[in-house]
Amino acid sequence: MVRNPEANRDQFRPADHPNDAFLLTTVVGSYPKPKWLNRADELVDDPDSKFDAGDLEEAHDDACRLITHEHERAGLDTVVDGEMRRNEMVEFFADRIDGYEFNGPVKVWGHNYFDKPSVVEEVAYDEPWLVDEFEFTSNVAERPVKVPITGPYTLGFWAFNEAYPSTEELVYDLADLVNEEVEKLVEAGARYIQIDEPALATTPEDHAIVGEALERIVSGIDEEVRIGLHVCYGDYSRIYPEINDYPIDEFDVELCNGDFEQIPTFTDPEFEPDLALGVVDAHTAEIEPVEEIKENVRQGLRVVPPEKLTVSPDCGLKLLPREIAYGKMENLVTAVREVEAEIDSGEIDVENPLDD
Amino acid sequence: MTERVAATPGLYPLPDWAKETLSDLKGHQKGDLLSGDESEAIVEEYAEVRAEYVTDQLDAGLDRVVEGQGRWDDMIAHPLTVHESVETGGIVRYYDNNNFYRDPRVVADLDFSGDVARELEAATDLIDGDAPLAATLPGPYSLADLASDEHYGDEAAFQAAIAEFLAGEVEAFPAHETLFLVEPSLVTNPPAEGAESTATDAIATVADATDADVVVQTSYGALGEKLYAHLVDEAGADALGLDLVAGDRDDTVYNVQEFGATDSLALGLVDGQNTLVEEPETVAERVEWFESQIPAEGFDRTYLTPNTELFYLPANKYRAKLHALAAATEVLD
Repeated sequence: MVRNPEANRDQFRPADHPNDAFLLTTVVGSYPKPKWLNRADELVDDPDSKFDAGDLEEAHDDACRLITHEHERAGLDTVVDGEMRRNEMVEFFADRIDGYEFNGPVKVWGHNYFDKPSVVEEVAYDEPWLVDEFEFTSNVAERPVKVPITGPYTLGFWAFNEAYPSTEELVYDLADLVNEEVEKLVEAGARYIQIDEPALATTPEDHAIVGEALERIVSGIDEEVRIGLHVCYGDYSRIYPEINDYPIDEFDVELCNGDFEQIPTFTDPEFEPDLALGVVDAHTAEIEPVEEIKENVRQGLRVVPPEKLTVSPDCGLKLLPREIAYGKMENLVTAVREVEAEIDSGEIDVENPLDD
Repeated sequence: MTERVAATPGLYPLPDWAKETLSDLKGHQKGDLLSGDESEAIVEEYAEVRAEYVTDQLDAGLDRVVEGQGRWDDMIAHPLTVHESVETGGIVRYYDNNNFYRDPRVVADLDFSGDVARELEAATDLIDGDAPLAATLPGPYSLADLASDEHYGDEAAFQAAIAEFLAGEVEAFPAHETLFLVEPSLVTNPPAEGAESTATDAIATVADATDADVVVQTSYGALGEKLYAHLVDEAGADALGLDLVAGDRDDTVYNVQEFGATDSLALGLVDGQNTLVEEPETVAERVEWFESQIPAEGFDRTYLTPNTELFYLPANKYRAKLHALAAATEVLD
């Protein structure tokens, strides 16, 4: 069953928030890397270069500081470091979990590859995965920091399973490791965790496996910690209303990409967690105007009241040009603050949010 | 005495060096994928890839050598996505995998292309008589299933047109010992009740275009029993290829016991979608186990194959799988 989002939402409301209504603004996580950082990532592998691992760490720190501040400059209520230290969403974690090995890249489509790892023995927790990253970011951030973690279903199904009788069993073991990591993050002060499960979008029939994995992830995690789940674009009717039973505070969806055609899916039965709604498209390189984003935000009010609505881009922004990614975030925040003011003034009727 | 033949339908992963050089030459976007009129630099790169594939197979000791289909950006949809009468649409999911291909939208008559025949000519030169060539094409049922028809108007006509097109391609092939027709859709999206013969007629049209042994290779589990029976009787296949890795293999055993089998068999024995490399002894045991389930006196040939294409694997594991297949035939000898 759904956790208690009401118990943790208010801590993200900035002290100087200008409106009574508060729609929590956030991002899904990834952000375009500055070109110099990509160069630095390559340079460290060049045997002829003096640029070493220590230099790269400094570059990562600089980039995290830069992008965290870029998120704050856009006015977001909660920020991420743009995942500057991460290469790919499975690879990064597989590299840190005992039991995985890498054999080389495999094709996704065309000349797009990913270093799909193999699970060759029982997975185990070694060093913390994200605690250093979180501590660094929260030290440089003025706003609360959200931590995205690739979920166990994706970590299991986007790998070759050589070791477990079924991938489902692998997923549950991975979920226990994610739980351990979340505990450590909470100990370090994290209050907003987002589990990313893009693999569920392509195999929605496995929603019960994801549900069981989430139960393990949140086991023993206090209700003041906000747990979100992000699932990329797909046929959400195949996992709704089942997600109402997930132990999460917030469900983050990519609907802008499909012109919000799936909004009615979430209106019956009543949506139980908070809704985190994507209101700018992560796959088009045009900055949506504020007026258009405001219309998109209103779509979310068809599903939940303002106090249960979080607003974000559709998905990670890393494939966009950086100035476009920034422009989208900036307009998103402007649009949300205007919608809040219009809710306060009664200009928007939250019962009939699309009416003018 | 059944002859055991280690073979694959190809669709190999690009060697890691070629993943880099080709993505630098071609780019990463949808519009950068192969259209059949690639530049000389790209042609040369693929020639090196092809040579490496041939060497890999000869080194492993396979009994049939394929071209390897490194150029097939869109997997088995390739013969259409490079065709002049086809426009490529969006990126769509390739079966139940985290892989994608360009939707081929057929907008005009599918006349002769010769694209695959040119690849096979090049492979023949490289093999230089060291092993018999096996050719690979998508089966007409799967190719029609993966494509969008914006020209022929109805499903049966579309399948028949694709079959005629593929048969025309086969006629231009250089000498080949075996023709693999890759037909995953027969399992994943089988013909509707009553439409089985449309599919088997289409397959027979392609099979009739060659004197070689024709293997109709299926994947992703067992065939439905009625469709299985139709395929044995009507598809013109010398061997049906059966996936013994995915799904319930008892269903496949039941099909063979109940409805008989083609004169030869192809068995999908090594997992094309898992990096765990099977021991040759394990592969050999699977062959003997399956053959023992069947009342027949024996088969002309049993092809030892992977259960899917091998492009899902990292390059080192694809090579290891070739070795496992070839070594299994030695164990059986």
